[in-house]
Amino acid sequence: MIGLVVVSHSRQLAAGVAELAGQMAPSVAIVPSGGDGQGGLGTDYVAVGEAITQADSGSGVVVLFDLGSAKMVADMAAEEAEGSVVVVDAPLVEGAVAAAVRAQGGAGLAEVAAAAVGAGSVSAASVVDGEVVRADVELTNPVGLHARPAALVARALAPLDASVVVRFGAESADAKSVLALMGLGAPGGARVEVVASGADAAEAVRRVQELAVRGFDE
Amino acid sequence: MECTAESVAEAMRAVAAVVVEHREELNRLDREIGDGDHGENLARGLRALESKLDEVPSSPGGVLRLAATTLISTVGGAAGPLYGTAFLRAATSVGDVASVDGEAVAAALRAALDGVVARGKAALGDKTMVDALTPAVAAAESVAVTGGGVAEVLAAAAEAAEMGADSTVRMVARKGRASYLGERSEGHLDPGARSTALVLRTLAGRAR
Repeated sequence: MIGLVVVSHSRQLAAGVAELAGQMAPSVAIVPSGGDGQGGLGTDYVAVGEAITQADSGSGVVVLFDLGSAKMVADMAAEEAEGSVVVVDAPLVEGAVAAAVRAQGGAGLAEVAAAAVGAGSVSAASVVDGEVVRADVELTNPVGLHARPAALVARALAPLDASVVVRFGAESADAKSVLALMGLGAPGGARVEVVASGADAAEAVRRVQELAVRGFDE
Repeated sequence: MECTAESVAEAMRAVAAVVVEHREELNRLDREIGDGDHGENLARGLRALESKLDEVPSSPGGVLRLAATTLISTVGGAAGPLYGTAFLRAATSVGDVASVDGEAVAAALRAALDGVVARGKAALGDKTMVDALTPAVAAAESVAVTGGGVAEVLAAAAEAAEMGADSTVRMVARKGRASYLGERSEGHLDPGARSTALVLRTLAGRAR
Protein backbone atom coordinates (compact mmCIF):
# COMPACT_ATOMS: atom_id res chain seq x y z
CA MET A 1 0.00 0.00 0.00
CA ILE A 2 1.20 3.49 -0.89
CA GLY A 3 2.24 5.62 2.09
CA LEU A 4 1.92 9.38 2.54
CA VAL A 5 4.16 12.01 4.11
CA VAL A 6 2.78 15.42 5.05
CA VAL A 7 5.51 18.11 5.20
CA SER A 8 4.62 21.41 6.83
CA HIS A 9 6.47 24.32 8.41
CA SER A 10 4.22 23.72 11.42
CA ARG A 11 4.38 20.52 13.46
CA GLN A 12 0.75 20.93 14.45
CA LEU A 13 -0.44 21.53 10.90
CA ALA A 14 1.34 18.41 9.62
CA ALA A 15 -0.06 16.34 12.47
CA GLY A 16 -3.57 17.71 11.94
CA VAL A 17 -3.60 16.97 8.23
CA ALA A 18 -2.35 13.44 8.88
CA GLU A 19 -5.04 12.96 11.53
CA LEU A 20 -7.80 14.16 9.22
CA ALA A 21 -6.72 12.08 6.22
CA GLY A 22 -6.09 9.08 8.47
CA GLN A 23 -9.66 9.09 9.68
CA MET A 24 -10.77 8.24 6.14
CA ALA A 25 -8.00 5.80 5.35
CA PRO A 26 -7.26 3.78 8.49
CA SER A 27 -4.78 1.33 6.92
CA VAL A 28 -2.64 3.91 5.13
CA ALA A 29 0.65 4.98 6.71
CA ILE A 30 0.35 8.79 6.85
CA VAL A 31 3.43 10.24 8.51
CA PRO A 32 3.53 13.93 9.47
CA SER A 33 6.81 15.84 9.38
CA GLY A 34 6.45 19.40 10.58
CA GLY A 35 8.59 22.05 12.22
CA ASP A 36 12.34 22.65 12.25
CA GLY A 37 13.09 19.98 14.83
CA GLN A 38 13.91 22.56 17.50
CA GLY A 39 10.37 23.53 18.37
CA GLY A 40 10.12 26.31 15.80
CA LEU A 41 8.49 26.80 12.42
CA GLY A 42 10.43 25.33 9.52
CA THR A 43 11.22 22.08 7.83
CA ASP A 44 13.79 19.48 8.79
CA TYR A 45 15.43 17.67 5.90
CA VAL A 46 16.61 14.73 7.99
CA ALA A 47 13.19 14.30 9.62
CA VAL A 48 11.45 14.34 6.24
CA GLY A 49 13.79 11.61 5.03
CA GLU A 50 13.00 9.51 8.09
CA ALA A 51 9.27 10.07 7.57
CA ILE A 52 9.57 8.80 3.99
CA THR A 53 11.34 5.66 5.20
CA GLN A 54 8.67 5.14 7.84
CA ALA A 55 5.80 5.59 5.35
CA ASP A 56 7.25 3.26 2.72
CA SER A 57 5.99 -0.30 2.87
CA GLY A 58 7.85 -1.05 -0.35
CA SER A 59 5.24 0.18 -2.84
CA GLY A 60 6.17 3.85 -2.75
CA VAL A 61 5.39 7.14 -1.04
CA VAL A 62 3.57 10.33 -2.03
CA VAL A 63 4.85 13.48 -0.31
CA LEU A 64 2.69 16.58 0.15
CA PHE A 65 4.06 19.95 1.30
CA ASP A 66 2.63 23.25 2.48
CA LEU A 67 4.59 26.13 0.96
CA GLY A 68 7.86 27.71 -0.09
CA SER A 69 11.02 25.90 0.95
CA ALA A 70 9.06 22.86 2.13
CA LYS A 71 8.98 21.83 -1.54
CA MET A 72 12.76 22.04 -1.84
CA VAL A 73 13.26 20.04 1.34
CA ALA A 74 10.75 17.44 0.16
CA ASP A 75 12.43 17.24 -3.26
CA MET A 76 15.87 16.71 -1.72
CA ALA A 77 14.64 14.08 0.72
CA ALA A 78 12.82 12.32 -2.13
CA GLU A 79 15.97 12.24 -4.26
CA GLU A 80 17.94 10.72 -1.39
CA ALA A 81 15.27 8.13 -0.54
CA GLU A 82 15.74 4.45 -1.36
CA GLY A 83 12.30 3.65 -2.77
CA SER A 84 9.91 5.28 -5.24
CA VAL A 85 8.87 8.69 -3.98
CA VAL A 86 6.72 11.31 -5.70
CA VAL A 87 6.49 14.89 -4.41
CA VAL A 88 3.17 16.40 -5.45
CA ASP A 89 2.19 20.05 -5.75
CA ALA A 90 -1.34 19.74 -4.41
CA PRO A 91 -3.64 21.54 -1.97
CA LEU A 92 -2.44 20.17 1.38
CA VAL A 93 -5.72 19.18 3.06
CA GLU A 94 -7.77 18.13 0.04
CA GLY A 95 -4.73 16.52 -1.57
CA ALA A 96 -3.92 14.46 1.52
CA VAL A 97 -7.53 13.30 1.89
CA ALA A 98 -7.90 12.38 -1.78
CA ALA A 99 -4.55 10.60 -1.88
CA ALA A 100 -5.19 8.73 1.37
CA VAL A 101 -8.56 7.42 0.21
CA ARG A 102 -7.12 6.37 -3.14
CA ALA A 103 -4.22 4.63 -1.39
CA GLN A 104 -6.65 2.86 0.97
CA GLY A 105 -8.41 1.54 -2.13
CA GLY A 106 -5.19 -0.13 -3.19
CA ALA A 107 -4.20 2.22 -6.01
CA GLY A 108 -0.63 2.47 -7.30
CA LEU A 109 1.84 5.31 -6.90
CA ALA A 110 0.93 7.25 -10.04
CA GLU A 111 -2.78 7.02 -9.32
CA VAL A 112 -2.43 8.16 -5.70
CA ALA A 113 -0.23 11.07 -6.79
CA ALA A 114 -2.76 12.02 -9.47
CA ALA A 115 -5.58 11.92 -6.91
CA ALA A 116 -3.69 14.45 -4.77
CA VAL A 117 -2.94 16.76 -7.67
CA GLY A 118 -6.48 16.55 -9.03
CA ALA A 119 -7.99 17.34 -5.63
CA GLY A 120 -7.72 21.08 -6.23
CA SER A 121 -10.15 21.07 -9.12
CA VAL A 122 -12.97 18.65 -8.59
CA SER A 123 -14.92 18.83 -11.82
CA ALA A 124 -18.39 17.51 -12.50
CA ALA A 125 -18.31 13.87 -13.48
CA SER A 126 -18.83 13.14 -17.14
CA VAL A 127 -21.94 11.33 -18.34
CA VAL A 128 -21.28 7.66 -18.61
CA ASP A 129 -21.27 6.12 -22.08
CA GLY A 130 -21.85 2.57 -23.25
CA GLU A 131 -23.62 -0.18 -21.34
CA VAL A 132 -24.94 1.42 -18.16
CA VAL A 133 -26.17 0.07 -14.84
CA ARG A 134 -28.30 2.41 -12.71
CA ALA A 135 -29.89 2.35 -9.30
CA ASP A 136 -31.73 4.73 -7.02
CA VAL A 137 -30.18 4.62 -3.59
CA GLU A 138 -31.58 6.06 -0.39
CA LEU A 139 -29.06 7.42 2.09
CA THR A 140 -30.41 5.80 5.22
CA ASN A 141 -27.76 7.12 7.60
CA PRO A 142 -28.38 10.40 9.49
CA VAL A 143 -25.66 12.50 7.87
CA GLY A 144 -25.73 11.37 4.25
CA LEU A 145 -22.60 11.50 2.08
CA HIS A 146 -20.32 13.35 4.47
CA ALA A 147 -16.64 12.60 4.82
CA ARG A 148 -16.57 9.08 6.26
CA PRO A 149 -19.38 7.55 4.19
CA ALA A 150 -17.97 9.22 1.07
CA ALA A 151 -14.61 7.69 1.85
CA LEU A 152 -16.23 4.25 2.26
CA VAL A 153 -17.89 4.55 -1.17
CA ALA A 154 -14.74 5.79 -2.90
CA ARG A 155 -12.67 3.02 -1.32
CA ALA A 156 -15.17 0.31 -2.20
CA LEU A 157 -15.18 1.39 -5.83
CA ALA A 158 -11.48 2.13 -6.27
CA PRO A 159 -10.37 -1.39 -7.30
CA LEU A 160 -13.23 -1.89 -9.77
CA ASP A 161 -13.00 -1.54 -13.52
CA ALA A 162 -15.94 0.85 -13.79
CA SER A 163 -16.66 4.53 -14.12
CA VAL A 164 -19.25 5.43 -11.54
CA VAL A 165 -21.18 8.65 -11.19
CA VAL A 166 -23.41 9.63 -8.27
CA ARG A 167 -26.14 12.13 -9.13
CA PHE A 168 -27.92 14.26 -6.57
CA GLY A 169 -30.37 16.82 -7.92
CA ALA A 170 -28.66 18.65 -10.75
CA GLU A 171 -25.17 17.76 -9.51
CA SER A 172 -23.10 14.72 -10.38
CA ALA A 173 -19.84 13.46 -8.92
CA ASP A 174 -17.15 10.91 -9.70
CA ALA A 175 -17.90 8.23 -7.11
CA LYS A 176 -14.23 7.27 -6.79
CA SER A 177 -13.39 10.78 -5.59
CA VAL A 178 -14.15 11.37 -1.91
CA LEU A 179 -13.97 15.13 -2.39
CA ALA A 180 -16.38 15.11 -5.30
CA LEU A 181 -18.86 12.95 -3.35
CA MET A 182 -18.66 15.28 -0.36
CA GLY A 183 -19.17 18.22 -2.72
CA LEU A 184 -22.61 16.89 -3.63
CA GLY A 185 -23.82 17.76 -0.14
CA ALA A 186 -26.33 14.90 -0.17
CA PRO A 187 -27.90 14.80 3.33
CA GLY A 188 -29.31 11.85 5.29
CA GLY A 189 -32.62 10.63 3.92
CA ALA A 190 -31.86 11.93 0.42
CA ARG A 191 -32.07 9.74 -2.67
CA VAL A 192 -29.18 9.66 -5.09
CA GLU A 193 -28.82 7.94 -8.44
CA VAL A 194 -25.82 5.71 -9.07
CA VAL A 195 -24.83 5.27 -12.70
CA ALA A 196 -22.01 2.93 -13.66
CA SER A 197 -20.44 1.62 -16.84
CA GLY A 198 -17.53 -0.69 -17.56
CA ALA A 199 -16.78 -4.35 -16.89
CA ASP A 200 -17.53 -4.11 -13.16
CA ALA A 201 -20.51 -1.75 -13.47
CA ALA A 202 -23.02 -4.11 -11.84
CA GLU A 203 -20.66 -4.88 -8.96
CA ALA A 204 -20.02 -1.15 -8.46
CA VAL A 205 -23.72 -0.39 -8.11
CA ARG A 206 -24.17 -3.39 -5.83
CA ARG A 207 -21.40 -2.20 -3.51
CA VAL A 208 -22.92 1.28 -3.19
CA GLN A 209 -26.37 -0.21 -2.51
CA GLU A 210 -24.94 -2.52 0.10
CA LEU A 211 -23.16 0.32 1.92
CA ALA A 212 -26.34 2.41 1.88
CA VAL A 213 -28.45 -0.44 3.25
CA ARG A 214 -25.96 -0.84 6.09
CA GLY A 215 -26.32 2.89 6.81
CA PHE A 216 -22.62 3.23 5.99
CA ASP A 217 -21.91 1.36 9.22
CA GLU A 218 -22.97 4.32 11.38
CA MET B 1 48.44 25.50 -8.20
CA GLU B 2 46.11 23.01 -6.58
CA CYS B 3 44.22 22.72 -3.32
CA THR B 4 43.89 19.80 -0.94
CA ALA B 5 41.26 18.66 1.57
CA GLU B 6 43.01 20.58 4.33
CA SER B 7 43.09 23.82 2.34
CA VAL B 8 39.40 23.48 1.40
CA ALA B 9 38.57 22.86 5.06
CA GLU B 10 40.62 25.91 6.06
CA ALA B 11 38.76 27.99 3.45
CA MET B 12 35.38 26.79 4.76
CA ARG B 13 36.41 27.75 8.32
CA ALA B 14 37.20 31.20 6.97
CA VAL B 15 33.78 31.31 5.26
CA ALA B 16 32.17 30.52 8.61
CA ALA B 17 34.08 33.34 10.31
CA VAL B 18 33.21 35.87 7.59
CA VAL B 19 29.51 34.97 7.52
CA VAL B 20 29.30 35.15 11.32
CA GLU B 21 30.95 38.58 11.07
CA HIS B 22 28.43 39.71 8.40
CA ARG B 23 25.46 38.06 10.11
CA GLU B 24 23.76 41.36 11.01
CA GLU B 25 24.26 42.82 7.54
CA LEU B 26 22.63 39.77 5.92
CA ASN B 27 19.78 39.84 8.46
CA ARG B 28 19.19 43.52 7.68
CA LEU B 29 19.11 42.91 3.91
CA ASP B 30 16.69 40.03 4.48
CA ARG B 31 14.49 42.13 6.79
CA GLU B 32 13.98 44.62 3.97
CA ILE B 33 12.53 42.11 1.51
CA GLY B 34 12.24 38.77 3.35
CA ASP B 35 11.87 37.41 6.86
CA GLY B 36 15.12 38.72 8.31
CA ASP B 37 16.90 35.51 9.26
CA HIS B 38 19.29 34.83 6.35
CA GLY B 39 22.40 35.85 8.27
CA GLU B 40 21.32 34.01 11.40
CA ASN B 41 20.46 30.82 9.50
CA LEU B 42 23.64 30.75 7.44
CA ALA B 43 25.81 31.54 10.47
CA ARG B 44 24.20 28.70 12.43
CA GLY B 45 24.87 26.23 9.61
CA LEU B 46 28.46 27.31 9.09
CA ARG B 47 29.20 27.17 12.82
CA ALA B 48 27.90 23.60 12.80
CA LEU B 49 30.17 22.86 9.85
CA GLU B 50 33.13 24.42 11.63
CA SER B 51 32.77 22.05 14.57
CA LYS B 52 32.43 19.05 12.27
CA LEU B 53 35.64 20.07 10.51
CA ASP B 54 37.64 19.18 13.63
CA GLU B 55 37.98 15.95 11.72
CA VAL B 56 38.81 16.83 8.11
CA PRO B 57 37.58 14.40 5.43
CA SER B 58 40.26 12.83 3.26
CA SER B 59 39.50 14.65 -0.02
CA PRO B 60 38.36 18.11 -1.18
CA GLY B 61 35.14 16.49 -2.41
CA GLY B 62 34.62 14.98 1.04
CA VAL B 63 34.87 18.42 2.66
CA LEU B 64 32.35 19.82 0.18
CA ARG B 65 30.02 16.88 0.84
CA LEU B 66 30.25 17.43 4.59
CA ALA B 67 29.43 21.11 4.01
CA ALA B 68 26.42 20.10 1.92
CA THR B 69 24.87 17.67 4.40
CA THR B 70 25.53 19.99 7.33
CA LEU B 71 24.03 23.06 5.65
CA ILE B 72 20.96 21.17 4.39
CA SER B 73 20.06 20.02 7.86
CA THR B 74 21.04 23.08 9.91
CA VAL B 75 20.44 26.23 7.82
CA GLY B 76 16.71 25.88 7.27
CA GLY B 77 14.52 28.02 5.06
CA ALA B 78 15.23 28.04 1.34
CA ALA B 79 18.92 28.81 1.86
CA GLY B 80 19.58 25.38 3.45
CA PRO B 81 18.44 23.28 0.48
CA LEU B 82 19.93 25.75 -2.02
CA TYR B 83 23.39 26.04 -0.46
CA GLY B 84 23.26 22.33 0.35
CA THR B 85 22.50 21.47 -3.26
CA ALA B 86 25.27 23.81 -4.48
CA PHE B 87 27.89 22.14 -2.28
CA LEU B 88 26.56 18.64 -3.01
CA ARG B 89 26.78 19.14 -6.78
CA ALA B 90 30.21 20.71 -6.41
CA ALA B 91 31.33 17.68 -4.37
CA THR B 92 30.04 15.28 -7.02
CA SER B 93 31.76 17.29 -9.74
CA VAL B 94 35.11 17.23 -7.90
CA GLY B 95 34.90 13.50 -7.14
CA ASP B 96 37.41 11.66 -4.96
CA VAL B 97 40.64 13.23 -6.20
CA ALA B 98 43.20 14.30 -3.59
CA SER B 99 43.59 17.84 -4.92
CA VAL B 100 41.81 20.11 -7.39
CA ASP B 101 43.09 22.58 -9.98
CA GLY B 102 41.54 25.70 -11.52
CA GLU B 103 39.68 23.77 -14.17
CA ALA B 104 38.09 21.47 -11.55
CA VAL B 105 37.05 24.49 -9.48
CA ALA B 106 35.36 26.11 -12.49
CA ALA B 107 33.58 22.84 -13.28
CA ALA B 108 32.46 22.52 -9.66
CA LEU B 109 31.06 26.07 -9.74
CA ARG B 110 29.17 25.24 -12.92
CA ALA B 111 27.72 22.11 -11.29
CA ALA B 112 26.75 24.14 -8.23
CA LEU B 113 24.92 26.70 -10.37
CA ASP B 114 23.09 23.99 -12.32
CA GLY B 115 22.02 22.42 -9.02
CA VAL B 116 20.75 25.70 -7.58
CA VAL B 117 18.78 26.44 -10.76
CA ALA B 118 17.28 22.94 -10.78
CA ARG B 119 16.36 23.13 -7.08
CA GLY B 120 15.04 26.69 -6.88
CA LYS B 121 13.75 27.10 -10.46
CA ALA B 122 15.06 30.65 -10.53
CA ALA B 123 16.40 32.25 -13.71
CA LEU B 124 18.83 35.10 -14.27
CA GLY B 125 17.13 38.38 -13.34
CA ASP B 126 14.78 36.90 -10.72
CA LYS B 127 16.75 38.64 -7.90
CA THR B 128 18.24 35.56 -6.26
CA MET B 129 21.63 33.97 -5.62
CA VAL B 130 21.51 32.84 -9.27
CA ASP B 131 22.24 36.46 -10.25
CA ALA B 132 25.56 36.29 -8.37
CA LEU B 133 26.46 32.70 -9.25
CA THR B 134 25.79 32.86 -13.01
CA PRO B 135 28.34 35.59 -13.84
CA ALA B 136 30.74 34.00 -11.34
CA VAL B 137 30.68 30.71 -13.26
CA ALA B 138 31.17 32.45 -16.61
CA ALA B 139 34.16 34.39 -15.24
CA ALA B 140 35.63 31.27 -13.60
CA GLU B 141 35.36 29.29 -16.83
CA SER B 142 36.97 31.99 -18.94
CA VAL B 143 39.97 32.08 -16.60
CA ALA B 144 40.15 28.28 -16.31
CA VAL B 145 40.33 27.71 -20.09
CA THR B 146 43.43 29.90 -20.28
CA GLY B 147 45.10 27.69 -17.68
CA GLY B 148 44.42 29.81 -14.62
CA GLY B 149 45.05 28.25 -11.19
CA VAL B 150 42.60 27.91 -8.31
CA ALA B 151 43.40 31.40 -6.94
CA GLU B 152 42.89 33.15 -10.29
CA VAL B 153 39.69 31.23 -11.05
CA LEU B 154 38.18 32.03 -7.65
CA ALA B 155 39.28 35.68 -7.78
CA ALA B 156 37.51 36.13 -11.11
CA ALA B 157 34.43 34.32 -9.78
CA ALA B 158 34.34 36.49 -6.64
CA GLU B 159 34.60 39.75 -8.57
CA ALA B 160 31.86 38.74 -11.02
CA ALA B 161 29.65 37.53 -8.15
CA GLU B 162 29.98 40.89 -6.39
CA MET B 163 28.97 42.76 -9.54
CA GLY B 164 26.13 40.29 -10.09
CA ALA B 165 24.92 40.74 -6.50
CA ASP B 166 25.00 44.54 -6.90
CA SER B 167 22.90 44.21 -10.05
CA THR B 168 20.06 42.67 -7.99
CA VAL B 169 19.37 46.08 -6.40
CA ARG B 170 17.43 47.29 -9.42
CA MET B 171 15.62 43.98 -9.99
CA VAL B 172 12.06 43.11 -9.05
CA ALA B 173 12.00 39.76 -7.26
CA ARG B 174 10.29 36.88 -9.05
CA LYS B 175 11.37 34.02 -6.76
CA GLY B 176 11.54 33.44 -3.03
CA ARG B 177 9.81 35.34 -0.29
CA ALA B 178 10.82 38.73 -1.72
CA SER B 179 8.62 38.00 -4.75
CA TYR B 180 5.57 38.48 -2.50
CA LEU B 181 6.53 42.17 -2.38
CA GLY B 182 6.40 42.59 -6.15
CA GLU B 183 7.57 46.06 -7.28
CA ARG B 184 8.42 47.01 -3.70
CA SER B 185 11.36 44.60 -3.78
CA GLU B 186 13.16 46.96 -6.18
CA GLY B 187 15.91 49.09 -4.68
CA HIS B 188 17.13 46.40 -2.28
CA LEU B 189 20.18 44.14 -2.51
CA ASP B 190 19.20 40.47 -2.51
CA PRO B 191 20.55 38.78 0.64
CA GLY B 192 21.12 35.42 -1.09
CA ALA B 193 23.12 37.05 -3.86
CA ARG B 194 25.08 39.01 -1.26
CA SER B 195 25.93 35.92 0.79
CA THR B 196 26.96 34.05 -2.37
CA ALA B 197 29.40 36.85 -3.24
CA LEU B 198 30.71 36.86 0.34
CA VAL B 199 31.36 33.11 0.25
CA LEU B 200 33.18 33.30 -3.09
CA ARG B 201 35.25 36.33 -2.01
CA THR B 202 36.34 34.47 1.12
CA LEU B 203 37.22 31.31 -0.81
CA ALA B 204 39.23 33.44 -3.25
CA GLY B 205 41.08 35.13 -0.39
CA ARG B 206 42.12 31.73 1.00
CA ALA B 207 43.26 30.18 -2.28
CA ARG B 208 46.98 30.11 -2.80
